[in-house]
Amino acid sequence: MTSAPQFCTFFLDDLYFGVEVQRVQEVIRYQEMTRVPLASQMIAGLINLRGQIVTAIDLRKRLGISDRRGPNQPMNVIVCEGESVVSLLVDEISEVIAVDASAFENPPETLRGPARSLIQGAYKLDRQLLLVLNTAEAVHVPSD
Amino acid sequence: MSDLQDIVKDFLVESYENLDQLDRDLVRLEQDSASAEELGSIFRTIHTIKGTCGFLGFDKLQSVAHAGENLLSKLRDRELTLRPDITTGLFSLVDAIRQILANIENLGAEGEADYCDLIRTLIALQVEPSNSARDDEPRIGSHPASGTGIQADPPAVQVEPDQAGPSSDGRHSSISDGTIRVDVGLLDKLMNRVGELVLARNQILQFTGGSSDTELHSAAQRLNLITTELQEGVMKTRMQPIGNLWSKFPRIVRDLAIHCGKEVRIEMEGKETELDKTIVESIKDPLTHIVRNAIDHGIESAAERLAAGKTVESCLRLRAFHEGGQVNIEISDDGRGLDLARIRQKAIDRGLITLDQAMRISDREVAQLTFTAGFSTAAQVTNLSGRGVGMDVVKNNVEKIGGTVDVHSQPGQGTTIKLKIPLTLAIIPALIVTCRGDRFAIPQVNLLELVRLAGDQVHRGIESLHGALVYRLRGQLLPIVYLCRELGLDDTTSAGEDAAINIVVLKADDGQFGLVVDSINDTEEIVVKPLSPQLKGIPVYAGATIMGDGKVALILDVLGTAQRAHVVGEVRDRMLTEHRGDAPKPVDNRQKLLIAKLGNRRLAMPLSTVSRLEEIPAAAIEQAGGQDVVQYRGAILPLLRLASLLGVSTDTDPSGELQVIVYSEHGRSVGLVVDRIMDIVESSIDTLRSGQGNDVFGSAIVQGRVTDLLDLPSLIRRADAALFDNSTSAKGVLA
Repeated sequence: MTSAPQFCTFFLDDLYFGVEVQRVQEVIRYQEMTRVPLASQMIAGLINLRGQIVTAIDLRKRLGISDRRGPNQPMNVIVCEGESVVSLLVDEISEVIAVDASAFENPPETLRGPARSLIQGAYKLDRQLLLVLNTAEAVHVPSD
Repeated sequence: MSDLQDIVKDFLVESYENLDQLDRDLVRLEQDSASAEELGSIFRTIHTIKGTCGFLGFDKLQSVAHAGENLLSKLRDRELTLRPDITTGLFSLVDAIRQILANIENLGAEGEADYCDLIRTLIALQVEPSNSARDDEPRIGSHPASGTGIQADPPAVQVEPDQAGPSSDGRHSSISDGTIRVDVGLLDKLMNRVGELVLARNQILQFTGGSSDTELHSAAQRLNLITTELQEGVMKTRMQPIGNLWSKFPRIVRDLAIHCGKEVRIEMEGKETELDKTIVESIKDPLTHIVRNAIDHGIESAAERLAAGKTVESCLRLRAFHEGGQVNIEISDDGRGLDLARIRQKAIDRGLITLDQAMRISDREVAQLTFTAGFSTAAQVTNLSGRGVGMDVVKNNVEKIGGTVDVHSQPGQGTTIKLKIPLTLAIIPALIVTCRGDRFAIPQVNLLELVRLAGDQVHRGIESLHGALVYRLRGQLLPIVYLCRELGLDDTTSAGEDAAINIVVLKADDGQFGLVVDSINDTEEIVVKPLSPQLKGIPVYAGATIMGDGKVALILDVLGTAQRAHVVGEVRDRMLTEHRGDAPKPVDNRQKLLIAKLGNRRLAMPLSTVSRLEEIPAAAIEQAGGQDVVQYRGAILPLLRLASLLGVSTDTDPSGELQVIVYSEHGRSVGLVVDRIMDIVESSIDTLRSGQGNDVFGSAIVQGRVTDLLDLPSLIRRADAALFDNSTSAKGVLA
C-alpha cells in the first residue's frame, strides 16, 4: 500500500462518503428523471445520459436514512459497476482527495442495518471519518 | 501466433462465403452447362482455396481442392463437357471442403476423414467416358457429408434467375471489390452515437426555434437534414437483402427433391428486400423448415401429380416484399394443399379440440391448428419431417421476434405460408400513451384498435362483472385494465369525472384486453434499450426508450401487463382445460353459455344460438301489429320481453337502454330483452333439475350459482308462433 488511494467524496446529511475514483465515470448535476412504477422504493428513476439510459438509485433510501429535505436537488454520481452504469443520488459533491492507506479501519461490529454491507470501512481523517462505500453492493437493489 | 490465427479466421470466413456462391453457381450450371461465367467463378473459388490452404499448411484440403481444380480447368477449357456425374462430383467436392473447413474452425485441424476416394473420383471424371463408361459410374459416398443416397441421375432442380433486375452474372466480382467486412458491434456503437446526435439536434432545433437569426436557422436546418440522412444511412448498414439467406435454398431444395424423388423448381421474387441482420439470422431456421415441409409433405409424388392433371415438375415460390413497415415473406407450393378433414380428425384424436368445436371452427382456423405443438399430419415419419416438432417451433421463433405466421391452403392447388416480420428489432413502431403524466410506449404489434368513450358512454361503457371490469366490444366482453391502477399510480382522476375514456385494445397471447390510459399521444418509431438489472425483475416493462425531447419513457410489455392484471391467466386456464385430452367430463357436455340476469334469476343459453348482443335505447322502440319492434340493420326486429314471458318481475328502468339478445333462425331474428348480460362462460352442463315447464331445459350450477337453461326455440314459438311457423321440419330439428 504505497500509493495513496484516491476517493471521490460526497455528503449525505453530515455523513462523509467516498467512492474509489476508478469506479466513478463522472459526476453530473440533477437530471430530470422518469419514475418507474412498481420498482423498488430505492430506484429514483431513469435518466438519459447522452443517449444511454441509466438507472438512478436513491442512496439515502438504499442506506435506510431519512428522506432528503430542503430545496437542493440531489447530484448524480455515475459509477461503473461491471457491465452496468448506475447513478447514485447524493446530497452534495465534495472534492477528490488522496488518503493515507494506513488510516483505514474496518467498521465496528456495532454497525448494523443496511449500512453494514454498504460501508466497507472508514479512513480516519483529521477532521472527520471518510466512509468507504461498497459500490458493488450499493447498486444491487434488493427486491421489496 | 495470433496473426496466423487471424489469417486462418479470415480464410474461413472468406471460404464459407465463396462456397455459398459456389452452390448457387453449380445449381445454375446444371441448367446451362455452356455458361463460361459460372465455370470461371467456380474455378477461381476452388483455386483461391487451394492456394491459401497450401500457404497455411492444410495439406488434405489442398489435395482435395487440387483434384477439383484440375477437373474444373478441363471444363473451363472445354476439354470436357459437363455431365450429371461431374456435377454430382463437384457437389461432393464442395461438401468435403465445407467439412474440412468446419473441422479447422472447431478443432483447429483438418480432421481424420479420408478423402482419397473422392480425389480418385474427381480424377476419373477428368476422362471423357467411353461407351462403357456409364456402367462404372463414379462411386461417391466415401466421405460422410455426401450421404449415401445421392444418385448421379440428372438432378431435378432448376433455378430461375431472379425475375427482378438483370441477371446477376458478372456482378459478383465488382461487388466484392467494393465491400469491406465490419464488426456488427462497431455498427451498434455507431448507431448509439447517431441516436445521441439526434437528441442533440432536437435540442438545437428547440433553441433556434426561439431565435430570429436567419443564418442560425439555416445552419440548424442543414444539421437537421444531415442528421436524418446519417441516421438512415447507419440503419441501412445493418440491413441485409433476404437473398443472402435464400441463396442457400436452391441447394437445399435440390438435395431434398432428389431425396424424395420429386422434381421441384424454385422461384424467387423480391430477393433484394432488406431486413435487419439479427432478424435475418433468426428467420433462417423457420424458413428452412417451411421449405423442407413443403417439399416433403406439400408437393405430391410425380405419379400423384400426373393423376391430378398437373405437370410433373412442381414449383416452390419464395416471395418477399415490404408492406406497412413490415416484411412479408410467402412460401408457396403448388402441391396437394392441407388435408383439412385429416387435420380436424387428428386434432380431435389428440384432444386439441372437441368434436363440437371441430364442427364449428372455420377451415382457416383448422389450418392454423398445424401450428399447435405436437401436431403433424404426415402419415409416416420421414427423416426430413413429420415428427410433430416443427410448425409450432416455426411459430414460436417468428413470434419471438414480433412476427406472425399464417397459412392458406387450397385443396389440390397448394399451400402458402405467410410470414410477417418487423424490419428491425432495435427500432419498433410504438403507440405513446400518457398515464398520470408519465409517458409509456406500447409496441404496435400488440395493438388491435383504439376505443374512445365520450359523453354518456363514460359512465356506462365500462361495466362491472362481479368486480371485474368489462367493456362490450361489438357484443363481446372485453376485460378492462386501468393502467394507472396496475402500476400503482395515483388513482384520482385528474381530468374530472366526465373526461373521455381511452381504451387501447391489445392482444396478449391468444386473448384480448382493453387498457385504459389517460390519453393517447401518437405513434412513433422508438429505439428499444434494455433495462438495467435492477429493473429486470418487473415483468410489466419490456425496456425503455428515449423520446424526441430527450426524456426517458418506459416500454410496456403487453403480455407481462396482462399477466399482472390476470387477464390472460384465465384465458390460458380455459385453453388448458379445453386442451386436456383426459378431461373427466365427456366432451359433448361442455358448451359456451351466455349468462343473463332477469330479476332474481340467472338464465343461460347456448352461445351458438345467439347471433348478437345489442343495447337498444327505449326511445327506439316502435309498435307494429301490437308488438314492440325496433329497426335493426335495415329490418324490423320484434322484441320479446323475457320477463313477462317467464313471469319474472324485474326492477329495471323501462325508459333506459334495453339489453337485447338477438336470436336468429332461418334468416329471421327476434330480440330477447333481459335485465343484464352477465358473462360468457365455458361450462359443462349437468342438469340437476329438469322439467319446470316447456321453456326451460332444466337448472344447472354454473359459476357456483343456480342457473336456468333456456330452451329458446320452444320459448320463442310459444311467444310468437307466427314468427317461426314457416316450417314444421325446422321445429323438429331444433326441438
